[in-house]
Amino acid sequence: MAVKQISVFMENRPGTLAEFVELLRGHGIDMRALSLAEAADFGVLRTIVSDPDKAQRVLAEAGFISAVTPVLAVAVSDEPGALYHILETLKNAGINLEYSYAFTTRKNQGAYMVFRVADDCLQKTAELLEENGIGMIAQEEIYSL
Amino acid sequence: MGKKYYQEDIECAPREEISKWQSEGLVRSVRNAYENSEYYRGKMEERGVKPSDVKGVEDIHKLPFVSKEDLREAYPYGLLCRPLSECVRIQSTSGTTGRRVIAFYTQHDIDAWEECCARAIVAAGGTRDDVVQVSYGYGLFTGGAGLNGGSHKLGSLTLPMSSGSTERQIQFMQDLGTTILCCTPSYAAYLGETVSEKGLKGTIKLKAGIFGAEAWSEEMRRDIEEKLGIKAYDIYGLTELEGPGVGYECEEQRGMHICEDQFIAEIIDPNTGETMPDGEKGELVFTSLNKEAFPMIRYRTRDICVLSHEKCSCGRTHVRMAKPMGRSDDMLIIKGVNVFPSQIETVLINNGYSPNYQLVVDRVNNADTLDINVEMNQEMFSDTLSEISARERALVGALKGFLGIYARVHLVSPKSIERSEGKAKRVIDKRKLY
Repeated sequence: MAVKQISVFMENRPGTLAEFVELLRGHGIDMRALSLAEAADFGVLRTIVSDPDKAQRVLAEAGFISAVTPVLAVAVSDEPGALYHILETLKNAGINLEYSYAFTTRKNQGAYMVFRVADDCLQKTAELLEENGIGMIAQEEIYSL
Repeated sequence: MGKKYYQEDIECAPREEISKWQSEGLVRSVRNAYENSEYYRGKMEERGVKPSDVKGVEDIHKLPFVSKEDLREAYPYGLLCRPLSECVRIQSTSGTTGRRVIAFYTQHDIDAWEECCARAIVAAGGTRDDVVQVSYGYGLFTGGAGLNGGSHKLGSLTLPMSSGSTERQIQFMQDLGTTILCCTPSYAAYLGETVSEKGLKGTIKLKAGIFGAEAWSEEMRRDIEEKLGIKAYDIYGLTELEGPGVGYECEEQRGMHICEDQFIAEIIDPNTGETMPDGEKGELVFTSLNKEAFPMIRYRTRDICVLSHEKCSCGRTHVRMAKPMGRSDDMLIIKGVNVFPSQIETVLINNGYSPNYQLVVDRVNNADTLDINVEMNQEMFSDTLSEISARERALVGALKGFLGIYARVHLVSPKSIERSEGKAKRVIDKRKLY
């Protein structure tokens, strides 16, 4: 159920994000979700793209440092308490989120949360969410949303 | 007014007399080194020179050079020429791991060194009625010990303050009426800034300062003189030779008189080792004439400098050296610590980073800063900031442990540091010291 997320090292100077986006555009790679975390001198961009393998290849050729990380894209229904229900499930199972970000879809006005958990509890987390009726989206489906 | 010179017969001796001392001293020093240090003997034999080949100063070019590498290789006792029982002190360079140099002194060596420092204090207008505040670091570093000893010799009231505690430094200046301050130029500038910011210039009685152990510019001299209301004198020295006092400025403030009764100064072409004439820029090389425990024969300082035998209106006849204009090796002096880019390279590689880096050295508020741009690579990357930051902190810690100073690390994109076809431009020194 995991989705491949691309993480990219971004030096903190004007134009780095533009260079990255330009590169994806040039290779016809589409982004569905994007988050940028910043430290003093650099940032880490995280994105979910239409073709992660191609994206990583293109990035490497252009001299970017990147990594592919498995994350979970979890469906959150548009009602109060929906996210809490999911997080409570994780909390009760003692699962820690390393980071998270959200994206919305065109279909059904739906929202998704991307959850990054430690690699060794990825499988357990996916199973737990499924048992509790919490929907996740697979890589191949993400672009049909 | 006190005396103008501490040892007039020496400081103003005619050239013929100085040459005679130097010839005698050279013969004595070479014999001392050859007979008492296996390391020196090996070096001379390698070059096919025997002490009998050196009859006077005109034969100095026959002798091999000694470098910092030799001092490291022979560490700790290889260059020692007296039994430890005759030695009374050890001092050391501020050098970092693997580059540390220790020097040994007999009582005779200490006396000669302190006399040089006393000359420097008198040349800066000092008398036995002065109050000399020594704010150089003490301990293994030669700055504090040297000027402290010089001030004692002269008979001035000596305040062995050591460095730091700025408020207390100023308090003592006020309470005891310090007239001469001895410290690094950057610390003098900091004290000057503090005194001027707090409007205390009128409360202190300083008239002169003796500042060395670091490169400093004429702009910095003017700034210090203005802020502290003093005349600022440069002093030169290095642990390998004795410490401060190898050369010192007189009231002309135009170059430092080298104590020629203690040292022979030469300028050589750093590439060929050939001796260069007066007025030409090259590497400064010193030979000690009277040192017993740790004689130095043609020690290559790596300082790029010019000598002048032109008559000085102060009356002193000893040759003058200009402020060093740079270094013939890649050593940087940051916060008084010797830093070689190659050491930083080693730390980066050991910590998993690429050897593509750039050092940016600057002076902010009169304190040196070191920033290192390091290229990120695939192995060091992670999708979480905390992991990257932890690795970054580990690198900063490793650098601190290795160099002894704090450096800010900036992670930059791969291949973003300029590659050059020739020698890489690894260092950007913005301090404008030379």
